Amino acid sequence: MARMNMIEAIRSAHDVVMDKDPSVVVLGEDVGYFGGVFRCTDGLQRKYGEHRVIDAPISEGGIIGAAIGMGVNGLRPVAEIQFADYIYPGFDQIASELAKLRYRTGGEFFSPVTIRTPCGGGIRGGQTHSQSPEGIFTHVSGIKVVMPSNPYDAKGLLISAIESDDPVVFFEPKRIYNGPFDGDPEKPAVSWGSHPKGEVPEGHYTVPLGQADIARPGDELTIVTYGTLVHVAIAAAQETGIDCEVIDVRTLAPLDVSTLVESVRKTGRCLIAHEATRFGGYGAELAATIQKDCFYHLEAPISRVAGWDTPYPHAFEWQYFPGLKRMSAGIQRVMEAE
Amino acid sequence: MITKSRLQIPRPTARPGEDPDFSYLDLSPAGSVDKPPLDARTRDIQHLASGLVRVLDDDHVAKGPWNPNFDASELQIGLRWMMLNRVFDERMWQIQRQGRISFYMQALGEEAISIAQGMALRSGDMCFPSYRNQGLYMYRGVKLVDMMCQCLSNTRDMCQGRQLPIMYHSKSGNMFSISGNLGTQYPHAVGWAMASAIKGEDHIAASWVGDGTTSEADFHHALTFAAIYQAPVILNVVNNQWAISTFQGTAAGQRRAFAARGLGLGIPGLRVDGNDFLAVYSATLWAADRARRGGGPTLIELVTYRGGAHSTSDDPSKYRPKDEWDAFPLGDPVERLKHHMIAEGHWSDKKHESLIDELRTEVTAAWKEAQKYGTMTEEPWLDPATMFDDVYAETPKHLESQRRRMLEVERGE
Repeated sequence: MARMNMIEAIRSAHDVVMDKDPSVVVLGEDVGYFGGVFRCTDGLQRKYGEHRVIDAPISEGGIIGAAIGMGVNGLRPVAEIQFADYIYPGFDQIASELAKLRYRTGGEFFSPVTIRTPCGGGIRGGQTHSQSPEGIFTHVSGIKVVMPSNPYDAKGLLISAIESDDPVVFFEPKRIYNGPFDGDPEKPAVSWGSHPKGEVPEGHYTVPLGQADIARPGDELTIVTYGTLVHVAIAAAQETGIDCEVIDVRTLAPLDVSTLVESVRKTGRCLIAHEATRFGGYGAELAATIQKDCFYHLEAPISRVAGWDTPYPHAFEWQYFPGLKRMSAGIQRVMEAE
Repeated sequence: MITKSRLQIPRPTARPGEDPDFSYLDLSPAGSVDKPPLDARTRDIQHLASGLVRVLDDDHVAKGPWNPNFDASELQIGLRWMMLNRVFDERMWQIQRQGRISFYMQALGEEAISIAQGMALRSGDMCFPSYRNQGLYMYRGVKLVDMMCQCLSNTRDMCQGRQLPIMYHSKSGNMFSISGNLGTQYPHAVGWAMASAIKGEDHIAASWVGDGTTSEADFHHALTFAAIYQAPVILNVVNNQWAISTFQGTAAGQRRAFAARGLGLGIPGLRVDGNDFLAVYSATLWAADRARRGGGPTLIELVTYRGGAHSTSDDPSKYRPKDEWDAFPLGDPVERLKHHMIAEGHWSDKKHESLIDELRTEVTAAWKEAQKYGTMTEEPWLDPATMFDDVYAETPKHLESQRRRMLEVERGE
């Protein structure tokens, strides 16, 4: 085992898979010589060469479209989109092509592309470096959508994603690249150094896609969340003294319904939390799914903590970000409701 | 003879620790490129997309058909704005380094582009700038204090705290909003120009992207529409050699000049020395006059060098030689104009130094004033309730309710 932050864990996942499988290639803006603006591919081009770690032009549609073609021709491409906010020019390639290729060819063609992209706020990035667009992708049939919340899962899930024959959009919450964040910006930053999930095996292992994780066991209320907000939820449980069970969804699509349902049937209360905007968001899918199977166990309406339905405002980062205060208030709301 | 296919990997001529090498840049001597009539057909002026329009030669003498023959006062106006751009950037960079703003991007080495092009356009023309065109905002009347307030996201911020620093706009200055997404405004410029033509006006539009952004689909969408409808627009490619760590060869800049990108669509291209204030001015005026007379779009490549980091978030010594700018054959636009003016007897080192002092004082005064409207750590601050304004023309009910909820949370309820 080694201690890794999330960046190192992601880099290690690439390394392990590239070493094992010569068909894995990496492409994206600044990923080669420079090693990526967040350093997630640092050293890979030196080790695996310029034909396997390819500096791409600034063309997200081109990166994803070319990755699809490479995948059709037997390679296993891992494409980096520098910020999730920049993924939209590639959306047609993802939604119309990558997601539907297997289906429309009766299973004869497919392209096992993994698209990695940093997402989320809390870094003073303004509206073009802070978005959480995962709900746009979970709405597209045919792609898997993943968002890890810690280094151990990041590496294991990324290896699973790359090895999967299905296309995966892999969101990396950049606020927690270097350490967990409990949603209180006033506190000093902490590293992954002492966190149990900062212990990462150096070699090959997988965290299976489609399995949620119980990040904190509890009896009184279930918080269903993912990404940065897993840490906010755990901190809010501590702060409120409510014995919350925090479920880290990890794979948003396909969803591990049974872990969620089992927990909510146990606690009878459910709070759903994501950074992304609320209206039409992924939380609505979670709420609908959970209430269907847990209706007679629920002691209170399912509630949501989410980003406000505005673009991400630079000046109001901490009024916008659903941090500790809003998470704690959400817990109280669900506990008090009957 | 090539017997099987191979993958071409573009590589820059030098990486850190290696000697800078600009042998890949095709240069034409100053004054050697002809200036065609405004109604020239694209097919007859294709050579302008591969030549290099230059006015200032290595001895600082202005020559050739593109010389705008500026008088001393016009030269001084240009120099002053370019230097203001540089002094402003230098100060804002320091301010970011002190942690007083979250982010900054400087235009170091590219100042001639914003200023000369600003001077060549008319106030009724609409600009769709990129994030390194701060000089255009200054020249078109945005006050330094207002630019600083935008960077501070304070109570006088034109964007009301909603944008990253440097993403300015100026409605009255006909300067469109800067997007953090690359090239998105290029088709907007074409559409604006088409509207101008539809309305029968003689205003034109201009837009700017970097060499890297020519790879984005929006670049090609813009060229296609501009060509089809002969929109009165100037499409500029600022080829500063580097897109963060990615050199211009990764945008196929080594294959053929960016100025030639429009030729296949019948759009004339001018390849221009972007560090030559006089050449940039003349080329832009030519394209503007042509567009205003119904001659349609022009693609202008401005060959320059990004003198600093991409932004405050990267360290260029990690991916390019530290002394690369010193070896850049087109030099520094401020120094070149300064030496030309000295050679013409309009300027001196002493005047230059005292102008720098004067501009620094002006920038310092603006900074002092800007802070009165609030900083990241000191009040006054914008009211967070305003975060919910302007999402729509009229705020819908669900946002009103979220606004109330946000205020309750802020009050600890």
